Amino acid sequence: MAANTDKLVVAGREFSSRLIIGTGKYETYQQNADALAASGADMVTVAVRRVNLTNPDEPLLIDYIDPKKTVYLPNTAGCFTGEDAVRTLRLAREAGGWDLVKLEVLSDPKHLYPDMEETMRAAKLLISDGFEVMVYCSDDPVFARKLEDLGCAAIMPLGAPIGSGLGIQNQVNIRLIVEQTTVPVIVDAGVGTASDAAIAMELGCDGVLMNTAIAEAKDPILMAKAMKHAVKAGRQAYLAGRMPRKKYADPSSPLAGLI
Amino acid sequence: MQLTINGETYADLKAGMSVLDLLSHLNLPKAKIAVERNKEIVPKSGYQAVTLQDGDVLEIITFIGGG
Repeated sequence: MAANTDKLVVAGREFSSRLIIGTGKYETYQQNADALAASGADMVTVAVRRVNLTNPDEPLLIDYIDPKKTVYLPNTAGCFTGEDAVRTLRLAREAGGWDLVKLEVLSDPKHLYPDMEETMRAAKLLISDGFEVMVYCSDDPVFARKLEDLGCAAIMPLGAPIGSGLGIQNQVNIRLIVEQTTVPVIVDAGVGTASDAAIAMELGCDGVLMNTAIAEAKDPILMAKAMKHAVKAGRQAYLAGRMPRKKYADPSSPLAGLI
Repeated sequence: MQLTINGETYADLKAGMSVLDLLSHLNLPKAKIAVERNKEIVPKSGYQAVTLQDGDVLEIITFIGGG
């Protein structure tokens, strides 16, 4: 498959990159913008927060990452109830005019696992309000199916807890979700380094969303570049179809004609 | 009049201010922000028409870095 025809399509929108990056935890917005350029991503997650009234001249994300060129995906990070999430995204829609959103309803700050009951409730409210919901969820195939049935635009299971960098902890579940889901599956959270992103893509995921893995690397720009290659390599390996695993060796050079 | 904006009390504001007047008073950019008044979103088209009342609770939000 030619690289330029293999696009990520979410809710009818085409993205040339299968990598989505966050905009949190960078030292500066400039570093964030440089990492974005290096990553090749064309969608970024953003948070919705109160404006700084005491310093209206503080640098703004939009001054560094142009929402006309890069799709802003507003998130509900920090929301612990369905109502909070819906309120936040309605404000985001008013501020930016976007209806493609990332829903995450968290539970315990210690592990930041999604509260799936509240996530389901919020997803229903948002979808009935006209939002296209990309939903952060546990790596449970049963909930993933329920969220797809509700009409979510993308299913985004965690690979490991947010910000942990532990990599894909349950490859079996991620693969089960990929096999059963007809909308895009994007691993959201848990990626620590390039090989983790490649594994997600080799499992057949449609994309990977990451923040800390790039922002907290010693050299975020170089890591952004590495992630770009990893996502592409993983995708191509998935499309190419890996060789079967064998129990014993199989020589690469023919045995016939040995002197 | 007195307003609560993003959790802070602002006293001695001129009575009869519109949302637009308030944004100018606070030196806020009008791009990529949203205003909620008493838990109801004020659409951008209503910034001039909506007159703020004493005791209103406002939230003004924008986009910042996040994961």
